[in-house]
Amino acid sequence: MFERILHMLIKEFLELKRDKWARFRLIVPPLVQMLVFGYAATFEVYHVSTVVLDRDHTLESRDLISRFAFSDRFRIVRIAATDAEVENAIDRSDAALAIVVHAGFAQLLRKGQSAPLQVIVDGTNSNTALIALGYLNQIVAQYSQDYTLDLIRRGIGGAGGKMVQVTIEPRPWYNPDLNGRWFFVPGVVGSLTLVVVVSLTASAIVREREIGTLEQIMVTPIRPAEYILGKTAPFFLIGLAQVALVALFGTLWFHIPFVGNPLILLLGTCLFLLSTLGLGLLISTLAKTEQQAFAASFFVLNPAFILSGFSFPIASMPTPMQWLTYLDPLRYYLVVIRATFLKGVGLDALWPDLLGMAVLGVVLLAISIFRFRKSLD
Amino acid sequence: MTGTIETPVVAERLVKRFGSFTAVDDVSFRIARGEIVGFLGPNGAGKSTIIRMLCGLLRPSEGRARVAGFDVAREPERVRENIGYMSQKFSLYTDLTVAENLRFFGGIYRVPRAVLPERMGFAVEMAGLRHRENMLVSTLAGGWKQRLALGCAILHRPPILFLDEPTSGVDPESRRRFWDLIHDLSADGVTVLVSTHYMDEAEYCNRVALIDRGRLIEMASPSALKQHTLGGDLLVVECEGMGTAMAALHEAPGVRDVAAFGNSIHILVESAGAALAALPDYLAGCGVRVTRIEQIKPTIEDIFVQMIGAEARAEGPRP
Repeated sequence: MFERILHMLIKEFLELKRDKWARFRLIVPPLVQMLVFGYAATFEVYHVSTVVLDRDHTLESRDLISRFAFSDRFRIVRIAATDAEVENAIDRSDAALAIVVHAGFAQLLRKGQSAPLQVIVDGTNSNTALIALGYLNQIVAQYSQDYTLDLIRRGIGGAGGKMVQVTIEPRPWYNPDLNGRWFFVPGVVGSLTLVVVVSLTASAIVREREIGTLEQIMVTPIRPAEYILGKTAPFFLIGLAQVALVALFGTLWFHIPFVGNPLILLLGTCLFLLSTLGLGLLISTLAKTEQQAFAASFFVLNPAFILSGFSFPIASMPTPMQWLTYLDPLRYYLVVIRATFLKGVGLDALWPDLLGMAVLGVVLLAISIFRFRKSLD
Repeated sequence: MTGTIETPVVAERLVKRFGSFTAVDDVSFRIARGEIVGFLGPNGAGKSTIIRMLCGLLRPSEGRARVAGFDVAREPERVRENIGYMSQKFSLYTDLTVAENLRFFGGIYRVPRAVLPERMGFAVEMAGLRHRENMLVSTLAGGWKQRLALGCAILHRPPILFLDEPTSGVDPESRRRFWDLIHDLSADGVTVLVSTHYMDEAEYCNRVALIDRGRLIEMASPSALKQHTLGGDLLVVECEGMGTAMAALHEAPGVRDVAAFGNSIHILVESAGAALAALPDYLAGCGVRVTRIEQIKPTIEDIFVQMIGAEARAEGPRP
């Protein structure tokens, strides 16, 4: 049993050694994607292009606008003189946000009354718009708080100069700076491994079928399980190496903390690889040509990515979609990898996800082996 | 043990259907130890399907087969320990070297480590690949590739060899060498079943099986087949305007059968003498200029064509 698997393994690595393109495919795209995701995939919003129309021209309005000017969240791209100019800037996407200070703004504030501030936001990208509005609210809230305190200090305050203030002191656990990269980089490790392992495995058996070597193998006394294990073991090892490479890169380059137990991550990775290999093999037994396998893996990988919780919270999905996520190995692995990187929790918290991957892996592999037997006819 | 079975290959009423298409239709035969049996027939006749069933690659729809004493449907893994197989399509790993391919198949067949170097040496020698052990298979020429494939198929010393059109697309010199190898193996007691669509290769076999449209039409030694009476004399006609000539010959008096053989026409006539006297004028009258017409000895192909024709006539038109 093990002797034959070993011979399969040697053969697979010899073929891989000769295949320059496959070697390239294993190393370069993961690192490039890691960099791209690390730098580009972030929910944080910086440098929102902003157009300003100040109709008040007071100390107060200039103070407020300067707070936007000094925030790195916003970048004032134009000082408008008319409404038409504001409209134009938003229409032509020169600015995503417009702040309009109406005349009489300062007058109202000085009387201790609330003053309206008009904000126009380009809602095309609703996500960015919401986040930008959040930052804007923070700045404006800070401004009004400072202004109120100032009024009180100078004894001009309205109701007896006393105000009850409620301030929220956020304490984000595990990621004190709410750094989006910390959330994404561990996720990238998982999604990259999913893509590489599923696409490689999906084409592996199909290729042998297409070039005819599968038939030559099948007339030897090798058992289907031996063949499939020998065929997938290299991808298992490659997957492990890839997780190690990408995880190391993430911690060294992007300084993502790793606070958990590496052994739990290893266990989770093994189970994740088991289920992704199963998925790839299933595609391999269903596809007749390499092209079909490629199309099928594309068809599977995209939903797997979207349903995994990589970027869209599973809790916000409609219930039937949430059920579907249970079929997605990446869903479980993301929990495990984020938890081991950032939270450092143990088996007591992660066992349901580990079990989920194990069940998925065993079922998918069993179906593949069964289908592989039948596929010869 | 299994090598001493006197009838290593037994097929009993084998049928294989793919959907509504019957690829193999009620085929039975027995092959004795050390025999070389050739499967002859046009492409798509069902030769490969029979071989693939005997290897356990396809499950028979009906009937059964025993290879090396094991039922192919129930014990395919035991069958595979006793057979070597070469498929129609070259199917070694072209991105591995000669030695790597041999070592791989040796490992898969569990050839003991102690004897593997000697077996590999034998295969390399047989294929004429000495000093080319470290060449990538993709760089080898056709004849070498094919002898290497044979070498891989016999690494585990199987008592039975199934060779599915091993010589297709190989030059005549390599084909001849290949048949020499097969005769050597047979002399050592290896049973060989080989399919081909080169009719001339029938002469190399102890017995040939004529297969057409999934049916086994005849199975006999080449010499016995040649004794088979065609029911007349055989003439070869070479001429300009083959189509016109064939149409004309079908209508000609005393002509029983007409078949195209490459650039010439073979005709079966009641009497060679009468035909040779009458036909040149008859064809000239039809506007055909004859460049050669003479009596020839029938080849296996002639007999095959005639047998298929007789069968078709007996049954009436088939779809």
